[in-house]
Amino acid sequence: MDDLDQLEAQSIFILREAYRKLKPLAMLWSLGKDSNVMVWLARKAFLGRVPFPVMHVDTGKKFPEMYQFRDEYTKKWNLDLLLGDCPPVEEIDPTLPPAARSAARKTAGLAAMIDKYKLAGVIAGIRRDEQATRAKERVFSPRGSGHKWDVRNQPPEFWDQYATPHEPGMHVRVHPLLSWREIDIWRYIEREGIPLVDLYFARDGKRYRSLGDQDITSPVESNATTVAEVIAELETSRTSERAGRAMDHESEDAFERLRVAGYL
Amino acid sequence: MNTVPTPAPQEAATPIVIVGHVDHGKSTLIGRLLYDTDSLPDGRVAQIIESSKKRGLAVEWSFLLDSLQIERDQGVTVDSTRIPFRLGKRQFVIVDAPGHRQFLRNMITGAADAEAAVLVVDANEGAQEQTRRHAMLLRLIGIRHVIVLMNKVDILDYDQKKIEAAERDITTLLHQLEIEPTVFVPASAREGDNMASRSDKMPWYKGPTLTEALAAVPAPSSRADLPLRLPVQDVYRFDTKRVVVGRIERGRIRVGDEVVIGTHGARARIATIESWHTAPQVAAIAGQSVAVTLEPDVIPDRGDFLFPADHAPLRAARIRTRLFWLRQEPLRVGESFRLRLATAEHQVTVAAIDSVVRLEDLTEHPAAEVPPEGFAEITLAVSETMLFDPFLPGTADGRGVLVDRNQQIVGGAPLIGVAESVAGRNAIHPTGSAVSPWDRARAKGHRGGVFWMTGLPGAGKSTLARGAENRLFARGIDVSVLDGDTLRAGLCSDLGFSDADRRENVRRAAAVARILAESGQVVIVALISPTVADRELARQIVGEGFHEIFIDTPQATCEQRDPKGLYAAARAGRIEGFTGIDAPYEAPANPALRLETAGATSDETAARLATYIGDAIRLDDGARRQQS
Repeated sequence: MDDLDQLEAQSIFILREAYRKLKPLAMLWSLGKDSNVMVWLARKAFLGRVPFPVMHVDTGKKFPEMYQFRDEYTKKWNLDLLLGDCPPVEEIDPTLPPAARSAARKTAGLAAMIDKYKLAGVIAGIRRDEQATRAKERVFSPRGSGHKWDVRNQPPEFWDQYATPHEPGMHVRVHPLLSWREIDIWRYIEREGIPLVDLYFARDGKRYRSLGDQDITSPVESNATTVAEVIAELETSRTSERAGRAMDHESEDAFERLRVAGYL
Repeated sequence: MNTVPTPAPQEAATPIVIVGHVDHGKSTLIGRLLYDTDSLPDGRVAQIIESSKKRGLAVEWSFLLDSLQIERDQGVTVDSTRIPFRLGKRQFVIVDAPGHRQFLRNMITGAADAEAAVLVVDANEGAQEQTRRHAMLLRLIGIRHVIVLMNKVDILDYDQKKIEAAERDITTLLHQLEIEPTVFVPASAREGDNMASRSDKMPWYKGPTLTEALAAVPAPSSRADLPLRLPVQDVYRFDTKRVVVGRIERGRIRVGDEVVIGTHGARARIATIESWHTAPQVAAIAGQSVAVTLEPDVIPDRGDFLFPADHAPLRAARIRTRLFWLRQEPLRVGESFRLRLATAEHQVTVAAIDSVVRLEDLTEHPAAEVPPEGFAEITLAVSETMLFDPFLPGTADGRGVLVDRNQQIVGGAPLIGVAESVAGRNAIHPTGSAVSPWDRARAKGHRGGVFWMTGLPGAGKSTLARGAENRLFARGIDVSVLDGDTLRAGLCSDLGFSDADRRENVRRAAAVARILAESGQVVIVALISPTVADRELARQIVGEGFHEIFIDTPQATCEQRDPKGLYAAARAGRIEGFTGIDAPYEAPANPALRLETAGATSDETAARLATYIGDAIRLDDGARRQQS
């Protein structure tokens, strides 16, 4: 087994644990590269099908290409798609910096969906290497009432034994990609031939390395037009993946505040 | 950028945990290491420098890891962090574990899967409470490769005598835990001495730098050669097919293999291995998450495991286990939990607290309760008979967790074995609890150990064993030989050569070797032990101090020597099931020592064996030796 085989086997194990232990369960599908890999891994785990709904928490501000992609692959992959809206930015905590405030709309939209469908488990595609605060996450991350992440009081998690609290109002965020790195995601996309929105590939010397809302995501300089070229570029890159995400750079603790409140 | 080479398959990353007392410099070490080896994205370095300036500090390497706001403000690591890191072609994941006592559960979360550990010790302060606690935990989770980094030696003026005195104290501490440190690296993480480059301030130090020591960490041992263990994770019914899914923990499966299922013992064949978007599969190995159909279509439960009929796991309703207790309250006899073991869950009650570790000096004592966050050996009574394998370093099963009613993990339990068998052992060693292996080793001037020689009939095992015995005895070492023929003449005279009898023969030899080794002796076992499973059984019975030695003689040479005329008899059909002729010999893939006998006299080879054993049992400067 090479490293991708091991990552794949571990993710499949995690998805099967979640499916067994958390009901009802749903998977977040942001239409980005990581969540496409996650849907793909679910099809591996469940032999070609995704036996739970996928959720798109729609800020209404995604790129048009992403909405096209969503409609095309919902059909092709036979997904049970749940859509949720986000409240207008005026309803969000005004003490947050502007981009983080915009991103927090998604937190509120997600919370509403979790409550509406009374979800016990939400599968999300975050990775440790994306952002230092995410590096502290558990594979099964219990969220108390109000969806709060209690960073100072996380449960022990080892030997593939995961906490599955059963209290009304709680849910568990499941993170099957936590140990993957950005380059692993791309190498797996290449190996498996996983389709992507073409915003990830260079047009006029720029491409998106990470996809968020149109108004708070910017492209990076790049000439990579194929998956293989992206991999080659990443192997020599020295900037961080989320360099194009405005909310990560507004203030030192903006991202941690977002996450404590339930952001991904 | 038109042609891009396809990346070559990569090895999985090796996890390395960094442990040690608070303020001994773990986070600084990691930050410095990443900087020195150019492993940081540009943005990260700029962030750290800015954060440091904002607080009016010089560049603080630990900020890199202590990225949570509360950590920056209080200057301590709250939760463990994992950082990918590359040395040459090899990929590592560095796990930073917090040193604060109340954060033990975060530390275990980070450390539990590590392949090797770096124990960071402030050379001025020496071992502190967390040093002992973390070392104890390394032992319990079975991490055998321990690099000790003696940090802040700049404060000792890089003085050889002072540094070596500090190392001796740490060696004594680790020996109490039966941990043999791989290497000591005197270093200053802040100044960069002996981190990624050799310090010019300690010309007396000839050992590896930290990066060299990390590069020498052995790759994870494969679990694929052990007998099959496939815990059932779930059973799906998709369309008309019933599919059993799970991750193979040990061994391998092939379509057509017969397996036994769980405690009820139903048998079935692996009919197909199901998958989506892969090439058709007919076999799978440990580590893979698989989906299989069974023929006949029996319905296992989650928690049952599939295993081969001839290598069943242990079965018991009372088991002995080590325990690290994660709660802030004490644990008492009579408390009940769920024991989660792989995918199984069993109702268990604490039947006895056999001993508790006193952290001040790491000695074991009888006690009425396990203190908060304490270490102990306990006996669990299970509500029904359960199947299990004792925990073995390098494997992922055989170790469970205790969970409370709220599904919270409250303890880790690397299983020792069936409770009854422990009573038997105590009858042989009534003073076992009072005389530690370390006391015995000091009295004899060497450690005990079992050197298990395997090889074809006629390979030279007994001859070499006797030769080495002579040499070691002449050096005052308490040594004895258990060889196959001698055992069969006495202890095992009731056994024949069926598979079951051969296995029993191995079991008895290993049990006797263990008793002798526990009494401090050096035991050389010379036994064909032809299968990987035989030797794994022996390793499990003996436990720590087991060395597999492969006497590698080509079969043609063995047959030519044929000292007992057995090959000739087997060729003539007078002996059936003779290893090498009509019974297989499975050579060890990764023995502790391989002795090729061709091209050397038996005297020379016996001398090599004696040297290896002498090194392995040595008490004094063993700590400096880099394990091969």
